[in-house]
Amino acid sequence: MAPPEAAAPATAGPEPATAPAVLEARGVSKRFPGVVALDDVSFTLRAGETHALVGENGAGKSTLIKVLTGVHRPDSGELLLAGRQMHFARPFEAQQAGISTIYQEVNLVPLMSVARNIFLGREPTSRLGLIDFARMHREAAGLLAGFGVRVDPRRPLHTLGVGTQQMVALARAVSVEARVVVMDEPTSSLEPREVETLFRVIGDLRRQNIAVLYVSHRMDELYRICDRVTVLRDGRHIHTGDLADIDRMQLVSMMLGREVTEVRRHGVTAFGDEGHDVARTPVLTATGLTRRHQLDAVGLELHAGEVLGLGGLLGSGRSETAKALAGALALDAGEITVAGRPMRRTTSARAIRAGISLLPEDRKAEGIVPGLSVRENIVLAAMPRLSRAGIVSRRRQDRIVDIFMKRLRIKASSPEQQVGELSGGNQQKVLLARWLCLEPKVLLLDEPTRGIDVGAKAEVQALIDELAQEGLAVLLISSDIEELVEGSDRIVVLRGGAVAGELTGDQVGESTLLQVLADHAPPAAADAADAVPGPGTEAAPHIPAGAPAGKEDPR
Amino acid sequence: MKPLSAPASPKTATRPPAAPAPDGGPIDKDPAAERPTSGERLASLVQRQGVLAVLVLVVVVSSFVYPSFATVDNARGVTVQAAFPAVVALGMTLVIITGGIDLSVGSVFALGGVLAAWASQWGLLPALLLPLAVCGAIGALNGLLIARAGMAPFIVTLASLLAARGLLLAITDEGATTYLVPKESAFADLGQGSVWGFGYPILIALVLFGLGGLVLQRTSFGQTLFAVGGSADAATLMGLPVARAKVLVYLFSGLLAGLAGAINAARLSSGVTIIGVGMELDAISAVVIGGTLLIGGAGSVSGTLWGVLLLAVIQNLINQIGSLNSSYQSVVSGGFLIVVVVAQRYLARSRRTT
Amino acid sequence: MTTQATVAPGRALSRLPGPAWFQEYGVYAAVAALLVFNAAFTEHFLTVDNLRTQLVQVAPVVIVALGMALVIGTEGVDLSVGSTMALAAALLPLYLGYGLVPALLVAVLAGAVVGAVNGTLVSVVGLQPIVATLALFVGGRGLALVVADGQLKQIANPDLLALGTGSFLGIPLVVLIAGALALAVAFLVHRTTFGRQVVAIGGNRPAAALAGLPVKRVLTGVYVLCGVFAALAGVLATARLTASDPSSLGNLMELSAITAVVVGGTPLSGGSVRVLGTVAGALLMQLLRATLVKHDLPDSTAQMAQAAIILAAVYVARERRSR
Repeated sequence: MAPPEAAAPATAGPEPATAPAVLEARGVSKRFPGVVALDDVSFTLRAGETHALVGENGAGKSTLIKVLTGVHRPDSGELLLAGRQMHFARPFEAQQAGISTIYQEVNLVPLMSVARNIFLGREPTSRLGLIDFARMHREAAGLLAGFGVRVDPRRPLHTLGVGTQQMVALARAVSVEARVVVMDEPTSSLEPREVETLFRVIGDLRRQNIAVLYVSHRMDELYRICDRVTVLRDGRHIHTGDLADIDRMQLVSMMLGREVTEVRRHGVTAFGDEGHDVARTPVLTATGLTRRHQLDAVGLELHAGEVLGLGGLLGSGRSETAKALAGALALDAGEITVAGRPMRRTTSARAIRAGISLLPEDRKAEGIVPGLSVRENIVLAAMPRLSRAGIVSRRRQDRIVDIFMKRLRIKASSPEQQVGELSGGNQQKVLLARWLCLEPKVLLLDEPTRGIDVGAKAEVQALIDELAQEGLAVLLISSDIEELVEGSDRIVVLRGGAVAGELTGDQVGESTLLQVLADHAPPAAADAADAVPGPGTEAAPHIPAGAPAGKEDPR
Repeated sequence: MKPLSAPASPKTATRPPAAPAPDGGPIDKDPAAERPTSGERLASLVQRQGVLAVLVLVVVVSSFVYPSFATVDNARGVTVQAAFPAVVALGMTLVIITGGIDLSVGSVFALGGVLAAWASQWGLLPALLLPLAVCGAIGALNGLLIARAGMAPFIVTLASLLAARGLLLAITDEGATTYLVPKESAFADLGQGSVWGFGYPILIALVLFGLGGLVLQRTSFGQTLFAVGGSADAATLMGLPVARAKVLVYLFSGLLAGLAGAINAARLSSGVTIIGVGMELDAISAVVIGGTLLIGGAGSVSGTLWGVLLLAVIQNLINQIGSLNSSYQSVVSGGFLIVVVVAQRYLARSRRTT
Repeated sequence: MTTQATVAPGRALSRLPGPAWFQEYGVYAAVAALLVFNAAFTEHFLTVDNLRTQLVQVAPVVIVALGMALVIGTEGVDLSVGSTMALAAALLPLYLGYGLVPALLVAVLAGAVVGAVNGTLVSVVGLQPIVATLALFVGGRGLALVVADGQLKQIANPDLLALGTGSFLGIPLVVLIAGALALAVAFLVHRTTFGRQVVAIGGNRPAAALAGLPVKRVLTGVYVLCGVFAALAGVLATARLTASDPSSLGNLMELSAITAVVVGGTPLSGGSVRVLGTVAGALLMQLLRATLVKHDLPDSTAQMAQAAIILAAVYVARERRSR
């Protein structure tokens, strides 16, 4: 068991600990062009503990993991492994030193056999220096059997289910002489049975005094298996301490950067005070949106003139829902109806024609075309409408571009400036203009204000408000809980790819939202009850860590 | 400020999810996950042994149809002809398994032949070492530009195709000089001699293929090549020496092409300058027809051997038929390529588990 | 003293010569430098006759490179252009009996078919462009030789010969055609929906797909255009040679075309098509070769110089991308 010890501020020097620190980061910073991914982060991992690492998107978790495992080199700060300073030039050196990693996306070679994947780079050899396959297969089968996995180790990895593949990754990570095992969302593609196996393996690791750094968004898991927790937010260290000392509400609050007190409903953001005139009949109806491992029968309705917030922690299926609605994500099942007409075999082009526009989450990868001008990025989707016989009409383009650059106050030296040279906020406005000039019925906004400066953020928020007032149906996804609460007329909360609750009317408030976000299984019946919290501004007392957490979330 | 009791209002509309299904309902079930389906087995069998089956079929059928085909002389001719492209294709197999491509082998093959013929005046050893050194250097340069400078393999090796051809022309007075291998020399014997009726080139090719198979299947280095081609990112994260593996395969490809060129020069007794044009395409065709994935990550040297032999037999048949233009060869290769590559693509797609 | 122009507001046109500058303007500077050098040191270089010869020689490369530039703009590559030229050349004499126009149409149609096969393999089947175009790179020339029965055929059709040797206002027809096509492609790229979609798809394929662009159709179209251009180049080259020679016509053309495009500043990573740069790139390689030949440097040197320039251009473009 973990030593019961008060949380020490991580910025302090070596802390008195009953278990020795096996891995320590001191003042680690890492910058990428335009972003500070890690800002002076320190934390300690003790031998034999299972340490949760949590944070929302952009918190710096994956950067920290990559620094610890030698993928990135920190710009400043130092890493200590068992008290000795380490400089990892590449992942190989970190592995040699005893830090092995399981990534969220299985990072193995799909075409190679199970056994080869487990032993890649350190295959058992015979006296002639040739690989001893008999021994390799035997050892691999033995290792996997220990995880309750019975597969022929000669089978190619890609023929196995994702969960089994993750178990193979685990077998590989554990079979090296690891002192630290980093697990980045290891359960995101596991079946409940496999999750149990994983937890058993983590128990074994603990007994062998191996430290586990466990990244997950699933509260149940964290409270079940982790001793301590480190919270990151916006690249900074927020908190390290025993998990038993903080409840779920506090943890979620720290991740999201909110105090566990109700704030005024309207105040800080640029959203207007009044609710919107919401039409009775939905303009968009989605039922039973299902996609393996990502969405589980998500259903929602969007009305003209409303802003529907879509809440949920990272990995809850928010972006996937938006993409599915916009025809950009293939579904296993589900129906989408726009203005009474069902959409079949949705593609992006069809969704756009039906009046659905999606502002994607990843502005750089899925939004802007960096080499093209502001003008061309704005008219990209509307180009056929602004052309005559396939020939671009500059006059029509300029008119539209002029209107939107003025309306959205896009700051560029001219419409011909390359969009890649603009600030994040202006890029986002360009993307908004791209969709608005199509005159959509439904606007899906996935994190419209992330990573943009305060001024632009307020402008975008005011615009969203305005658009809804003009009768547009807006779906707003935001990790900024304040923005979500103040901007939305109604909030649907997702958890584990399924709808976990809906807040309407006066329920739309930060603390109620936090309650639903932090809530735990069993999801079906308890949600209705738990979403109605007891009085008081402090979080309702939740089941402390270590207590049986009941069933897993559906996903 | 709003009192927190608000949510208790009768308007509460917290909806339960449509279906709880925690233990993997229909969406999570994958009963076939642990056992290969018969379709999978068939696909994998076709991938590994398809070319051998086609080869056997073609040989058997043509033995009945063309009596002149099934003679010892003809078989000997076909195999000696195939020995040189086979050695080149062996290097290409390693390159393609890592997900790369080497378009320079035809030029390097020719260059190796010219260098060997020129150096053969000083004896066997220079005649082998000089082409190996120069061609190995070209291969290593390819590898460094690709692995270290991150340039696209096809453009780097296209450039070295040109450069190697240029070098060849430079040392042959713009192709006007053809160096001759001294008669009765040990070097000439290497290309022309034989034991038990098998020419040395065939034996050399077989030994090289044996070594290549051993390295690829039974050493850590070989496993690394598969990993690099299968997923370079995963290989890096697993701590494998990705860049080194890439440099080495291009080095080997250069060495093997140079060696094949040298022995070919010994067989022809001269360093022919106009040889090897388009050889890279034959080599790639043979490798891909032999079941190696053109995108990397899977393949075998035995498949390549069968692929080379299949193409050689088809060429031989086209010659036997006589009325056919010899360029049917590349039409057949191209046809095979499309079929194999598209089939591989669809196999890969049906395999994807997520 | 030069001032640092790194944070120049607006478009930083006055960048210090660095990789970016070289990619942007290097090719024009190099062409100018070569012309100046030759004007000073090479006799009879800046004569009408010589320039005419150079332009006639470079015309087919320019035409193929224009199609290649479109393909590379979508982050693709077409290795089969040389084979397509050979195929067009092989088909030409078979249909010349019906007149020049039907023969021309057949040849161009063959190019379109080759392009359609490539494009379908890339856009629908989802193969990597190199892999997709490899099959016709291998098989296309064989097909051409089969069609032509492996023979070189003399061309006697006066219309076709006129196409190769004729001139209008003193400018060879071949050059005029290449120039007209360059203008047409420039118009296509800059002023048509299709052209802008090509550039957008090459610049950010996921974004283009999310914006509802017809990605598959545009990609297929680009390869079809490339095939058509290659076929046209094959016809013109045949007309100039006065013989249909499918065994050697267009050999290494894929390399020359890619070189022209890359040296012209179009990045292999897609997202921009530099038409003028491509023309200049082709001219540069032609002038370089001519300069070396005029100074009695052998062909071998020219080949090695070409290889070095390709590698340098790709290396510079790579620097630019990782900026």
